[in-house]
This record gives sequence, C-alpha cells and structure tokens, in this order.
Amino acid sequence: MKQVAIRVENLSHFYGNHQSLKKINLEIYRNEILGIIGPAKSGKSTFLACLNRLNDLIPGSRVEGRILVDGEDIYSPEVDVVALRRKLGIVFATPVPLPLTIYENIVYGVRLLGRNNRKELDWIVEDSLEKAGLWNEVKDRLHTSALKLSGGQQQRLCIARVLALKPEYIMLDEPTSGLDPISTMKIEDSLRTLKKDYTIILVTNNTKQAARVADRTAFFLMGELVEIDETPVVFTRPADKRTEDYLLGRFG
Amino acid sequence: MRTSPKVEQKFIQVVLYAFTSIAIITLIFILAVIFKNGIPQLSLEFLTRNPADMGREGGILSTIVATISLTFIALLVATPLGVGTAIYLTEYTVESRVTRIIRFGAECLAGIPSIIFGLFGFILFVNKLGFGWSILSGGLTLAFMVLPTIIRTSEEAIKAVPHAYRLVSFSLGSTRWQSVTRVVLPSALPGIVTGVILSIGRSIGETAVVIFTAGSALRMPTSLFSSSRTMAVHFYILAKEGVSMPKAYGTAAVLVISILIINIVTYYLMEKYIRRKS
Amino acid sequence: MTRLERNERLIRLSLLMIALSAISVLVIITLFIFEQGTPIMFKYGLKSFLLGRDWYPSEKSFGLFPMIIGSLMVTFGALIIGVPLGLASAIFLAEFSHRRLARVLKPVIELLAGIPSVVYGFIGLMFLVPLIREKLGGPGLSVLAASIILGIMILPTVISIAIDSIRAVPDSFREGSLALGATRWQTVRMVVLPAARSGIIAGIILGMGRAVGETMAVIMIAGNAADIPGSILDPVRTLTANIALEMAYASGEHREALFATGVILFVIIMILNTIANITAARQRKR
Repeated sequence: MKQVAIRVENLSHFYGNHQSLKKINLEIYRNEILGIIGPAKSGKSTFLACLNRLNDLIPGSRVEGRILVDGEDIYSPEVDVVALRRKLGIVFATPVPLPLTIYENIVYGVRLLGRNNRKELDWIVEDSLEKAGLWNEVKDRLHTSALKLSGGQQQRLCIARVLALKPEYIMLDEPTSGLDPISTMKIEDSLRTLKKDYTIILVTNNTKQAARVADRTAFFLMGELVEIDETPVVFTRPADKRTEDYLLGRFG
Repeated sequence: MRTSPKVEQKFIQVVLYAFTSIAIITLIFILAVIFKNGIPQLSLEFLTRNPADMGREGGILSTIVATISLTFIALLVATPLGVGTAIYLTEYTVESRVTRIIRFGAECLAGIPSIIFGLFGFILFVNKLGFGWSILSGGLTLAFMVLPTIIRTSEEAIKAVPHAYRLVSFSLGSTRWQSVTRVVLPSALPGIVTGVILSIGRSIGETAVVIFTAGSALRMPTSLFSSSRTMAVHFYILAKEGVSMPKAYGTAAVLVISILIINIVTYYLMEKYIRRKS
Repeated sequence: MTRLERNERLIRLSLLMIALSAISVLVIITLFIFEQGTPIMFKYGLKSFLLGRDWYPSEKSFGLFPMIIGSLMVTFGALIIGVPLGLASAIFLAEFSHRRLARVLKPVIELLAGIPSVVYGFIGLMFLVPLIREKLGGPGLSVLAASIILGIMILPTVISIAIDSIRAVPDSFREGSLALGATRWQTVRMVVLPAARSGIIAGIILGMGRAVGETMAVIMIAGNAADIPGSILDPVRTLTANIALEMAYASGEHREALFATGVILFVIIMILNTIANITAARQRKR
C-alpha cells in the first residue's frame, strides 16, 4: 500500500561551483507527510526547489542525477515545467500574499490557465479556503486586500492558493517559522487532514514539529541525506550519531 | 575668544533662515511675476484662437495644438521603446558588465544637454531623412531625448517590485511573461507612469530642440510634416523679439500652469505608490 | 516545445529587438556627434581648437577658448550662487524648521524644478539685466546675470537632493551626538553633514550638469559675445549658446565645428556623470 510517488536517484545540485546537494537517494510515498529536518544551509530548501524545478530560475544552477515523479523524469527535455510547478505546489517560509484581494490571490494560478468562469472560480475559492482552514475567517471579506491579514492568516492563504491548483504534492518550506503557536497549530491540523488527498513534504527547522506531524522524517546535513525512517524510529533510535547529536541539540 | 556653542547656533540659525527665505522668495517671485502678468491674459479667446499679426493679436491655439502633437508623438515612440527595454534589461537578462554599461550609458545620455539632441535631430530628421522642419522631426527628436529617462525610471520601478512576488508567480505555474504582465508591471506601474509624465513636462517646456526640428512657423499644423511653433518656442520668440509682452506673459502662464498641473499629478501618484507599499 | 514555450521565446525575442533598437538609437546619436565633430578638431589641431581665442567661422578660425571659459565661468558662478543658498535651505528645512514646513515646502520646490528654462531666462531679461545695467554698469547682459539666473535654476535640484541626503542620515547618529552634549548645529556640522556628504556632492554635480547644459536662458541674458569676458559685467558666450546661435545657418566646416563643440560638451558631461556616480555609490555603500 505504500506506493512510491517520487523517487530521487543520486541527486546532486550545484550553484555554480558550490555543491549544495550531494548524491541524495530517497523515496517519497503517496499520501504521507515526509518531514525534512536539519540545520541551516543543509540543502533542505534547495531540495524542494529541485523537485519543482524552481531552481531553473537561478543562474548557475545545475542538477545531476534523476528525479522521477510518478515515474516520469522531470528533468527530461519534453517535460512541461509550468505544469510540473502546478503539480508540486510550494508554500514559502515568509508568507507572500500578492498585492491583490484575497479572492484574486487564490485564483491567480487558475486564471493563468485561462479559466475565468466566475462560478467556477467562486467554488474554487471556497473549497481551497475551507481546506486551508481559513474560510470562516475571511468569507465576508474576500474582495479586500490580502495584505491586511495577520501573519498566520496570510500563510493559510498561501496554502489555499496552492490548493486552488489541485496539486498532487504540497511542499512547505518552514511554513510556521514566523508564526504564533495557535496559527502553527491550525496549520499543522490542516496538514493532517490534507494528507488524505495529497502527498506532503514538510521542511522544518523545528524538530518537534516534525515529531508531531510527519509520518517519516529525513535528516539533511550539509547537503547530504544522513538518514530517513519512520518518525518514531528517527527520534528514539536514530541510526546515525550525527542525527542523535542534532536532535539532542549538541549542534544546530 | 571662542563664541559659546549656543550663541553660534543662534547665529547660524539666523543665517540659514535668511538664506532659505532668499531662495524660496526668489523662486516664488518668478512664479508670481508670470502669474500676475499672465493670468489676466488668459481667456477662452486666448486659448481657442490662433495667433494673428505675428502673435501680437489673437490667441495661442495653434501653438497648443503643436505642443500637444509633438509631445504625443514623442511619448508614442519613447514609451514602448523605453518600457520594453527596461523590462528586457531587468527581467530577461542577468546583471552583468554589459547591463551595467548599458545602464551607465542611459544615465549619461539622460544628462546630455538638449541642444545636442537638437543638433542631431536637425541633421538626421530635418536634413538627411528629408522630413524637413516638422512635427515628425520634432516629435522623434524629443522621443530620443526622453528615452534615457524613461528607461531609467522604468527600470527603477520594476526593480523595486519585491523578488518574492515573482517567485510566487512562478511557483504557481506562470511563465516569465505572465509574471511580468500580471504581477511586476501592475506593481511597477505608478513608478513607470511617473517617469512618463515627467517626460511630458520636459517635452512641453523644451525649446532648443524644438526650434531646430519643428521650426517656428506660426500656423496650425495640418499634418505630421507641417512645421509649427510650440508654446515654448512662441513664448521665446515673443519675448526675445519684443513682439508683445502681454501675449508673452500669457503664453508663459499657460506653459507654467500646465507643467505645474502635470507635476502635481505626478506627485500625487507617487504618494499613492508609497502609501500602497506600506 | 509546447505552444506556451514557443510564445515565450517569441516574446523574449521581441523584447530583445526593442531593447536593441532603443540602445542602438542612443549609440548612434553618440557616434554621430563624435563622427561629425572629431575630424575637424584634429584637422585644425586640438590645441588651436581648444585654446584658440578667435571664433570667426567665415575666416576658418575656430578657437573655442572663449566659449569654454564662458561655460566654466557661468557654471562656476551658478554654483557660487546656487550651492550656498541651496545647501543652507536644505539644512534649514531638514534640521531646523518645523517638520510640517519642510513637508509642505519640499514638494513645492520640486514642482518648481519643472519650470522651463525660457521662463527663467525671460524673468532674467525683464528684471535682472536692467537692474545690473543701472546699478553696476555694463550692458546688463553679462556673466553675472547668467550666473544668478542659472544659480536660481539649479536651486530646486540641489535643495531636493540635499534634503534627501540629510534625511537619509540615521537618527541614531544625531541622538548619539546630542547625548554627548552637542548643540543641534554642532551635530549638523560635525556628524550629519559629513555623513550626507556624498549625496550632497552628487546633487551639486547634477546641478552643475544642468548648468553646463543650459541653452535658452543663457542665450537670453548672457550677451553672446564670442570674447573672453574681462569682468563679470561683460557679455559671454557659452558652448551651448555657440551651437544654438549658429546652427541654423552653418554649413560645411562651420557646421562640423559646431559638432565639435558638441563633442566637448559631451565629454564634460560624461566626466561629471562619472564623478556623480562614484560619489553616489560611495553614499550607498555606507
């Protein structure tokens, strides 16, 4: 029942001469929440950017190895990169609402596809905001500026924005790092619900969050994948000493 | 004996206050003179009738039309060229020595005295290309004169758009052009429009370039190839040749008021821009 | 390649064409001026061109020295008038006046920057020139008149940029100085102004560029005699006026000489711009 959704084979990544990822090998299973932990500059964010090829936009970015999403090598020349990015939605660490209304933020990606039918968009907005746990708070002010929302609300808006495109994967890069505990809890709850329909990759520098939410956890250190296993195993019986040291706070 | 700091400060404050008053009063004086002598000249007739008797009688309608036509052509050419270049330089290229050189070149050219553009326009458009003294020659020369400014202000406005917006747009599946038209340009628009509007102000007041490319014929322009006199040129000739002081003041008043309105509009646009950012 | 990607390629190509057109126009203008103007400079010798004192085009005598001196004197004069007035106003408005006063006046001053130069020239012709003629002698159309009017013209630029530079100095600098017991003026003199120096200098250079390039106002009030002025009450001709006055009827070598005048102007402006850029970059680095 554990279907392999993404297979990463010997993935290395370079920014110019600097190597940021070193021969990563891992599998991501469908409908799981994979947590990725590790200190700063370990390559966690770079890893996500490789999965949806957002790294292509950075001059000097180079990839070796293969990434197979649903069996397809995403770096082969015939791949539609734009469609790939819709398939693997990403939520960034700092919530970035576009300078538009809440409504327009959510349908931004949908409008890019040329779908402008008002009824369809209305439905998408309600559906996405519900799934992100934000609908009740903003349903009366959909056409006001998104910049007026609080930090936690903005981040949930960003999640809804991604959901509007019906992705298959949701990647979150330290999504709650600047948020208060209540917003954090709300988002973690949404993730547990969303897991049923999506495959979720959660990068976090808060190890306790990974312990709370992730099914499996991967530990990245300086561009290497040190270990990856079921979350309880990683946290109680880590196979690698470095993992243990990090979890115990001996460095970080 | 050293004066005490407090005494020194009092003294300096008086001096500064005096200098500031001189500066402000002088600038206001210039406006006041123009308005005092020029506004009485302003009437519907002044604005809607053509000059007669070499400008001693009548109004300034033909010059208004010439000014608008020239400015319109200048911006028609310079705006797409300038904004397009700015978009290409900021969104489609990587910062490199080439782009730095281009930017430096544009900044230099923005500071080149207008008379040199006039020289260039005279030789190229009026003579070599055979357009003669015309609205077309004048408009094209003005276009090149304001082009560096439009490129520079557009570039600054586009660069001021937060990089995160572009990243978000891409992550939601947009192409580069879609991110430019749907996120970057709308955000940068006030800044870009400000640059364009300031160029309008500059074109309206420009005299040297216009005399040498559009000529000074005192008649209503009938086509792109008509030679015609703009308000600024008309004012210059009336004043220098002593043709008619009242009419000169009137023309100056119209000129100054138009430019002031344009600058005020620009100012409010900038305020809205800044307020939207925060 | 998908249709979307093909469209993107097309758009990128179109934008490249636009950028190349714009840039090549500007390059062509530059090259054109230099191409028309440099040959004659070397034909008659650079030295005789730059240092020759006689400008008689009909007799093939192309000495630009009086005009170079003219531009320099008038610009220098404009700075003597404009910089102290402008800097003082900026300091007063930014540091010593009520904040509301500055908030109202600064935009007003910036609006005044848009007044066409012919208007300034006209006012100078109507009021300043007769005044000079009566009270100080000479024809009135003089170095003095041009310097004063140009100085006033660059005031908005200098004031505006100086205020911005002064405001950019962090308040912590001021607070630190005041906490040590300095008066406001001492703080301004010893802390704020040195910190704002690069920006202020860049603004002054910008004003200087505007003064050097000014044509119409100068033609109206400087007298345009192609001789080295003996005093500030004498008439003077600048490089810009030289071009404007003779362009309409110049031909052949005379015309080339005017282009050469343009080349020299160009070089001067480029030097000024480079200096401004360097000082502005130094301000940004702080």
